[in-house]
Amino acid sequence: MSIGASSAVTASPAELLGLSPDRAFVAISRLTALVVLIVVLSFMSPYFLTWANLVNILRHAAPLFVMSVGLTIVVLTAGIDLSVGAVLGLCACLAASLISTGQPELGVLAALGAGLACGLVNGILVAYARIPAFIATYGMLWIANGLAYVFMSGEVIYGLPASFRVIGTGMLGPVPVPVVIMLVLLAALAVVMQRTPFGRGVYAIGGNPVAARLSGMPVERRLIGVYVLSGLMVAIASLIVIARTNAADVSLGEEQLLPAIAAVCLGGTSLFGGVGGVAGTAVGAIILAVVLNGMNLIGVKTFWQAGVLGLIILLSVLADQLVARRINRPSP
Amino acid sequence: MTMAADTGARTERGASLRRLADAPGAVYLLAVLSIGLTLLTPNFFSVENLTNVALQVAVLVIVALGMTLVILTEGIDLSLGPVLGLCGVVMGMLVVSGTPLWLAIAAAVLIGAAFGAANGLLVAYVALPPFIVTLSTFGIAQSLATMLTEGNSITGLPSYVRWFNEGRLIGLPIPLWATAIAFAVTYLLLYHTRFGRYTFAIGGNRRALELSGSNARLFHVLVYVYAGVLTALASFIMTARMNAAHPTIGVGLEFDAIAAVILGGTSFEKGRGGIAGTLIGALAVGVLRNGLNLMGVSTEWQVAIVGLIIIAAVGLDSMRGRNS
Repeated sequence: MSIGASSAVTASPAELLGLSPDRAFVAISRLTALVVLIVVLSFMSPYFLTWANLVNILRHAAPLFVMSVGLTIVVLTAGIDLSVGAVLGLCACLAASLISTGQPELGVLAALGAGLACGLVNGILVAYARIPAFIATYGMLWIANGLAYVFMSGEVIYGLPASFRVIGTGMLGPVPVPVVIMLVLLAALAVVMQRTPFGRGVYAIGGNPVAARLSGMPVERRLIGVYVLSGLMVAIASLIVIARTNAADVSLGEEQLLPAIAAVCLGGTSLFGGVGGVAGTAVGAIILAVVLNGMNLIGVKTFWQAGVLGLIILLSVLADQLVARRINRPSP
Repeated sequence: MTMAADTGARTERGASLRRLADAPGAVYLLAVLSIGLTLLTPNFFSVENLTNVALQVAVLVIVALGMTLVILTEGIDLSLGPVLGLCGVVMGMLVVSGTPLWLAIAAAVLIGAAFGAANGLLVAYVALPPFIVTLSTFGIAQSLATMLTEGNSITGLPSYVRWFNEGRLIGLPIPLWATAIAFAVTYLLLYHTRFGRYTFAIGGNRRALELSGSNARLFHVLVYVYAGVLTALASFIMTARMNAAHPTIGVGLEFDAIAAVILGGTSFEKGRGGIAGTLIGALAVGVLRNGLNLMGVSTEWQVAIVGLIIIAAVGLDSMRGRNS
């Protein structure tokens, strides 16, 4: 993948903005998609373009973003974390059972601990055992799923205290609390990715792992850090989700993997590593929340959700790949 | 697998020890499980239970055969589980509405092949990562299956469908015939045709293959198509066994199939492995599930245990690959 090999193309407005043509395509196509969606949906449903619904969309986008932002960083290292959904389910079940029995601090700690542990195991398997990321995290998917099933033994937990539910349903002035959490994490991680050795290391590992290793970078430790970060973000997302829905059961995690990957792909982070970033995933999460909200408003059956998410993932990676290939093809 | 034993002039004893150490994990797992379960549970080593295991494993073996070829090309097909559900549902609906059986099976095979072709084209020609492509088609197949049936099961199949599970031919149950034929056909394809040589070569050294200007990509697509077709046929055995078609029956089967392939010694790297190992791997997974059932372990724990075994098997394989 020779990324940014744009010498064959004459300078375009995108290049003046500092974007290579293939990245400009990603940015323009996503913003276009968002605008088209908003216009179409506001014609199809009178309720869509109301203040209440827009706040609702952002409220849904926030946990989507939080659970896929760690995954984004994993993907930037040319890895993948297929366990995000299942780990979210496990964290949610552990946290909800402790919180509903009056131990909110323990519940939050349990979720963070479980997320950290799963991320650590993923990281060790990928970095030291050299297991391909998709298979290590796929195994973790089923382990976390199984543990959540065993822990819940078919029960559903309802009714969390209002003081805890603030992080899912509360408002800070005109802004929902989960959106505040999203913005804080976005700002913090954007700084980490741009300004710290850790962030630069992530891009280096994804862009050129051999060079990263030769330059003396502690690649294994960076990778473990990346998977742990993904586990922690998923744990935070699980807290937001249970605070909003006021319930937890094992099926919670089963429906989260496709949305998380869709948000990353819609956000334009390349699955081959090294290109993209956390800001893109914020846009991806918002587009996804608009799509899911729109499907809900115009009465599309929930059966379709998995298929629509699959199509979204395929279309976005397919378009990016074809455009990048056309642009990067050496001119004759 | 035998390569390590063939190279170099080692002593006879060293070579045979080495060969034993290089046997796929499934061989050990199967041996330990069989001995342990015979001692622990009175019912395991009985003709009924072993026949039951064989019948349960039939569907898994057929799907895992296709998965083996996909994994040999350094790919993966997560969509096989939901595709099995979709094929079963379509076949069930057609048969219930009075369509002749051969036409219903043809429709299912067509769907399996179409999903395989879509997966293969995106992997081979667009060079997208296989797990992303097949995860997407996983979602699409699942949506289509639940949408067609509104989430319900298809029941009231004509009585002759059950013959394909209960019937016998020369003393052998039909599902075992199907498994044997699928194995034989896959064996011939893999070891005696150009298709097979390409399958190994794509995983071994794709770059060289593409540079040599051969039509490796076409064969790469055909690997996914073949896996889809086998899965469609397996869906028929599954439908006959359940005497109904459930849209979500296949979800999770891809996981057992991947476990069977990896336990059977097929590696995610460099096209190492083969289908004999997969047969043993599928038996090991089947016996494991059967044994956990007999011992009263809940399906939830089984899921976690099989996940652990997958990771352990890949970890061992990866460490072994680095040592040799």
